[in-house]
Amino acid sequence: MKAGQAIIELKDVKLKRGSRTTLDVSSFSVFRGENVAVIGANGAGKSTLLQVIACLLRPSKGKVYTRGQQVGTEITPFEARRRMAMVLQRPYLLDATVFDNVAIGLRMRHVPENEVKARVYDALALFGIRHLAERRGRSLSGGESQRVSLARAVVLKPEILLLDEPMSSLDTPTRIALLEELGRIIKKTGLTTIYVTHDVTEIPFLSDRTAIMDGGRIIADGPVRKVLHEEMRCALSQLTRAANWLIS
Amino acid sequence: MDLIAEGIAGALRLLIAGDREVLRIALLTLRVSGTATIISAVIGVPLGTAISLWSFRGRRRLAGFVNTGMGLPPVVVGLWVSIFLWRTGPLGFLRLMYTPTAMVIAQTIIALPIVTGFTMAGVGQLDPGIRLQMLSLGASSWQLLSILIREAKLSVLAAIMAGFGRVVAEVGASMMVGGNLLGQTRVLTTATSMEVSKGNFGFAIALSIILVGITYIINVILTRVQQQ
Repeated sequence: MKAGQAIIELKDVKLKRGSRTTLDVSSFSVFRGENVAVIGANGAGKSTLLQVIACLLRPSKGKVYTRGQQVGTEITPFEARRRMAMVLQRPYLLDATVFDNVAIGLRMRHVPENEVKARVYDALALFGIRHLAERRGRSLSGGESQRVSLARAVVLKPEILLLDEPMSSLDTPTRIALLEELGRIIKKTGLTTIYVTHDVTEIPFLSDRTAIMDGGRIIADGPVRKVLHEEMRCALSQLTRAANWLIS
Repeated sequence: MDLIAEGIAGALRLLIAGDREVLRIALLTLRVSGTATIISAVIGVPLGTAISLWSFRGRRRLAGFVNTGMGLPPVVVGLWVSIFLWRTGPLGFLRLMYTPTAMVIAQTIIALPIVTGFTMAGVGQLDPGIRLQMLSLGASSWQLLSILIREAKLSVLAAIMAGFGRVVAEVGASMMVGGNLLGQTRVLTTATSMEVSKGNFGFAIALSIILVGITYIINVILTRVQQQ
């Protein structure tokens, strides 16, 4: 990979569903080691953006590049997907043991079984769930299941880890504990991540850059403090305008 | 009542004595219906999964075709297989009429829509999120197919059981394309039917006990696999 080359780059990407444009991104890039949070209200296009990046949705227009290679011409969506891993809102564990669930991606890539064993146990230890290895995936609690789901993605050592609101179905104490843990793991492993959430309070745990989405567009993108400060100023000015209107 | 008692007594005598003819008929039944079920499973399970998973042109029509096929009367299958395999028919040169192979072909045509249809319904009930998650972890199309079949194991095995149950119990098609030839194409259902028409109830009851026994054992084995 060339120095300064983006791991993911979107250029003039549009996605239409019927007559409605659900995604309209003129430019978006993520570089190695960056931890980007994408925030926005429900229906803002966050998950759609992630699915386009993960090559699970084909854009109606525009180009998606991974490491400078255009998806669909220089690299197939399948090859591009093998460079990434994604964690969804729900863990979607298979009807198998925790070990087999975490091993699934490695086995898909035909990694030798002795290496699978070592890497799976390392990933389980990283998320503090090594003791659950022989338990059935579907007998776990919500927090444990999501830890397994995260371990299943991290074990692949992806070039970019895509996180689609993975904490949204968890209770607050579990969510905070897991956010802190995941933040530590991301720092320790140096993973590049895109974290989609609608909860602003989760941003500081996992990101150093924030993009705000609205109506399928990225309306702000930059360092967390700067973007949030700007957003807060906008919100305050809107609030002041509303208050003035009410008083008058 | 005497008829039933005599029939059961005669059946027990035949079973205890291990009558060679009964044994040969039972083994041929297993061979023909087992082969037809295996072929139907090999084709029907991936086909049902594919129809359920992927959207392609004519998918709905194909699904409708499969669902219609689930209720296909065996005599209709027997008629069309006979027409094709008849000496003067399009495939007459293969000389398969009145052979176990012809019976396997007919039974496969009967079981295939059942296995495909039930698999289609079973895989269709899986959460679409599983598919998305597996693709995002790097699954190829074949790997995705195999993972989803394993996830829908309960439905898939129920589909295979239903397919086997249908073909092992059918008479019409086997009679028409097999001809019920002694020592060659006589299976449990055609033999039972013939023995009843001759008034030989003892032999017919013995055959029916074996037929139910075979179906029971095969289903117990498949249920064990299903619940593992």
